[in-house]
Amino acid sequence: MQEFLQQVVNGLTVGSVYSLVALGYTMVYGILRLINFAHGEMFMVGSYLALSTVSVLGMGQVASGSLGGILLVFLISMTAVAGLGVLVERVAYRPLRRASRLAPIVSALGASIFLQNAIMLIYGTRFKVFPEKLIPQISWEVGGVKITLMRVVILVVSLLLMAALYTLVQKTQLGAAIRACALDHDTARLMGIDVDRIVSLVFIIGPALGAAAGVMVGMFYYQINFVIGWTYGIRAFTAAILGGIGNIPGAMLGGLILGVLETLGAGYISPGWKDAISFFLLILILIVRPTGILGERVAEKV
Amino acid sequence: MNLLEVHELTKNFGGLAAVKDLTFQIASGEIVGMIGPNGAGKTTAFNLITGIYPPDRGGVRLEERPLVGLKPHQIAVLGIARTFQTIRLFQNMTVMENVMSGQHCRTHQGVLGALLRTPKQRREEETICEEAERCLRLADLWLVRDELAKNLSYGAQRKLEIARALATKPKLLMLDEPAGGLNEKESAELMDLIKQIRQSGVTILLIEHDMSVVMNVSDRIVVLDNGEKIAEGTPREVQTNQRVIEAYLGREEDDF
Repeated sequence: MQEFLQQVVNGLTVGSVYSLVALGYTMVYGILRLINFAHGEMFMVGSYLALSTVSVLGMGQVASGSLGGILLVFLISMTAVAGLGVLVERVAYRPLRRASRLAPIVSALGASIFLQNAIMLIYGTRFKVFPEKLIPQISWEVGGVKITLMRVVILVVSLLLMAALYTLVQKTQLGAAIRACALDHDTARLMGIDVDRIVSLVFIIGPALGAAAGVMVGMFYYQINFVIGWTYGIRAFTAAILGGIGNIPGAMLGGLILGVLETLGAGYISPGWKDAISFFLLILILIVRPTGILGERVAEKV
Repeated sequence: MNLLEVHELTKNFGGLAAVKDLTFQIASGEIVGMIGPNGAGKTTAFNLITGIYPPDRGGVRLEERPLVGLKPHQIAVLGIARTFQTIRLFQNMTVMENVMSGQHCRTHQGVLGALLRTPKQRREEETICEEAERCLRLADLWLVRDELAKNLSYGAQRKLEIARALATKPKLLMLDEPAGGLNEKESAELMDLIKQIRQSGVTILLIEHDMSVVMNVSDRIVVLDNGEKIAEGTPREVQTNQRVIEAYLGREEDDF
């Protein structure tokens, strides 16, 4: 039982990272019906920017980073990646808004490859390492379950960001405008909503959340590589599909479920099966319930 | 003073003149009806004025300001709102949220402001809520504000479209067949609503097939046929106009 709880806690930590990244996929899909394959790279770039900020500031060399310093790392990384998100939308997607649906997908893959290679050329192909002392190595035992400070940080930050996003989209007037655009661009325009601005806003929010996830993964696992955008991106994408793509609470739920199942599978079956489990799940959902857990049943079009 | 001036507006669709040399004015505070047989170009005229299509020729001015070339959302911000012949509500949003989406262009809410609830933000939110309440009460939808739009009756959905358009604070409200599909009681309520909206200072242009509605509420009527204006005048003048009668009933054959 203790081992099971331990796995669940570990799974929720990983899962909340998947959720944060999944939100970026789902929001862009919701508003443009586009799978932003470059979104995983936002996560990756966020992680690398955090690494650079940490080393420029000399954090974690002798003592652990101060709270203000850590916040600054988050802020810099999230802001810069938000800018990158807007840029990618302008350059790679907006010119293709009226093209066939395949064109922006190819463009997204191109953007993804470009960013991966750019980071590879700048930082090199080897694993990069975060300083171990950056986050204090504190942990607690609650009922036999070991919880480290970093896991608490990941869970709390993710849940706070998700709560903020949920409030913004569901409870505010700006959120009503965002959802109006997701439902019907043309009508939204005639109601005076600048759809392009809302799209830019989505490309600020999604990448910023992805970057936050990237920062935390770097601090948690210490090691990052230029391919993590793909490995995390594809899982987050699975999480978004699992919850119902286009559905914001669905992405949050999908990430947590995927994280827990994956960790349980790794723990009880074998760590080598981790990927197999995620992708088996993806295939299973696509067959059994393509609209995902919270997705609406879309009437079949003839 | 004229609020809207439409000058020689022309639009061809592949050789077919949907709207041809259409010229008319609307004075501030007027209710103007636009009628004509099916395919006369009424909805095309609406789409040209609201910027959905660019015209091939001609101009539209709102308070002397040219609108041709502006995007639909910019025209909405300048003060033209519309409803649609087929209902185009945000079906999966509540009544209140539909109205709030219409208010977006009159507010300056940013992400951080919306989340942090600064005092300035809270004041703006209060005005948003008051204004939304005013629009919903006017359309008699305040009590169903938390229902999803798709769960409303057909008549209520039509009224919600009007309330959402009003939330953009238009100077000119353009209604495309607001009485389409309504029963007699609902049509009567609609006429009241239109008159109340005018009293609140909004000018109205409406397309309508239901003659009892259009003759009852309009100060002036513009008649289109085959994309051209064939008559303009008070409801009485239009009803007795020979060309209008011919457009609707067909020309009488000469006796042999």
